Amino acid sequence: MTRPIYMDHSATTPVDPEVFNEMIPYFTDRFGNASSIHLYGQDARRAIDKARAQVAHLINAAPQEIIFTSGGTEADNQAIVSYMLANQNKGNHLITSAIEHHAVLETCEHLAKQGFELTVLPVTPEGMVEADVLQKALKPASRLVSIMHANNEVGTIQDIKELASISHAAGAVFHTDAVQSMGKLPIDVKAMGIDMLSASSHKIYGPKGVGCLFIRKGIRLPSLLHGGGQERKLRAGTENVPAIVGFGKACELAEQHMAERAEKLEKLAHRLREGILTTIPNTRLTGHPSQRLPGSVSVCFQFVEGESILLMLDSFGIMASSGSACTSGSLDPSHVLLALGLPHEIAHGSLRLTLGKDNTAEDVDKVLEVLPGIIATLRKMSPLCN
Amino acid sequence: MYSQKVMDHFMNPRNVGKIDLASGVGEVGNPVCGDIMHIEIKVNDEDIIEDIKFNTFGCAAAIATSSMVTEMVKGKTLEEAERITNRAVAEALDGLPEVKMHCSNLAADALHEAIKDYMAKRETASA
Ligand SMILES: Cc1ncc(COP(=O)(O)O)c(C=O)c1O
Repeated sequence: MTRPIYMDHSATTPVDPEVFNEMIPYFTDRFGNASSIHLYGQDARRAIDKARAQVAHLINAAPQEIIFTSGGTEADNQAIVSYMLANQNKGNHLITSAIEHHAVLETCEHLAKQGFELTVLPVTPEGMVEADVLQKALKPASRLVSIMHANNEVGTIQDIKELASISHAAGAVFHTDAVQSMGKLPIDVKAMGIDMLSASSHKIYGPKGVGCLFIRKGIRLPSLLHGGGQERKLRAGTENVPAIVGFGKACELAEQHMAERAEKLEKLAHRLREGILTTIPNTRLTGHPSQRLPGSVSVCFQFVEGESILLMLDSFGIMASSGSACTSGSLDPSHVLLALGLPHEIAHGSLRLTLGKDNTAEDVDKVLEVLPGIIATLRKMSPLCN
Repeated sequence: MYSQKVMDHFMNPRNVGKIDLASGVGEVGNPVCGDIMHIEIKVNDEDIIEDIKFNTFGCAAAIATSSMVTEMVKGKTLEEAERITNRAVAEALDGLPEVKMHCSNLAADALHEAIKDYMAKRETASA
């Protein structure tokens, strides 16, 4: 079989060997608990401090503004739940968008079930949250606005600076889920006016099971987990030192290579998008034409179903994903595609190819070589086509 | 996630297409749900399903069950074909993932629709 081609980097990425090498000693020789005052404990403490500085530097935050979590999901939960619980005496309204990751949407909906008031903002057909739509939703009781930076399914990038500034003017705090963008797009939390930001290591060539929450100095946010006093009492639980070290290194490398990777990914993605559109009829791109995550290609093919496309691609060693019902594990296609206003029958034919730093032009050409045949085969089988 | 048999029928579907002058046509599902199965049969004077073809829009389970049902009934009498259930089709494929049992396992229903269509046509013709 030919070399497998991985084009599902928005799902997860391989750990960079440089990152892995940094992590190794912290599993065995340097295994201390960072809360211990002895030699090994202090060694672990210094390793965490270094990682915290690496993460903070990537987004122009101060190290004290970063707490490590078990990943993006936990960071989203803490930002939303802890903030709303701590501030409910001042207002119980929160705002999010219809295209958020489930880590945000389900969390907001959980709060709504507990009696908080939730507004879920619609988006444009390109996946943009419009400033005036947010403006109209804000009211004196609004405490928190949570809108993602880059979308995981269609890649649309929001104008965070503007959305944050509108939120602030109405007296609300602004949180963004930057799991898909941190390390891939420039982020300056100060210049953009971000109060809280969630990020995850495994999307940027770091290990799984670690992420962070940025909490701007001046924002009071209690811990979500109760227990020990780790992370300045903001996140209880013994720190996952090797993972944190890996996340720190991944951030350092992402910062170093951001511009060059983005340029390469955009070139490849452009070739892939154009190739698909010129060789496969009845196809449409989803998401925003220009404001999109580098390397993200999302399309819908009419008359065919996403899971079938994925399995056929997989038989050629090509790994991708889809927002069709069968792959979302429910009876409906992905909530993101539906929020863009795509009809069910179109959304069922979705395909997402997300490129990464190790993909090559040959990988793209291989996809372009087999994909038209796959779609043609499935269409020949489809009663919608005949 | 899928059995080898499902993957075989998905990757190499049997009896895809249409029949010239089909005796009966059946279709179930709709594009909103993400599954449509269309089955055409040709029935001879002895009530035997001489030929059967399908067209399906849907996931691997939808395509594999369609393909399997065509294999199961080709050469069978209408009576035998009517007794085939969705469950029997799934079993012939060595099972389907639980979530697929409800949404994508409709091939026998499409077959039964085709038989019903044939019966109705025969009735009108003899009336
Ligand atoms: C936008 C977004 N938010 C949150 C998450 C969850 O992050 P984690 O897997 O680190 O919990 C993901 C990952 O799938 C994501 O893409």
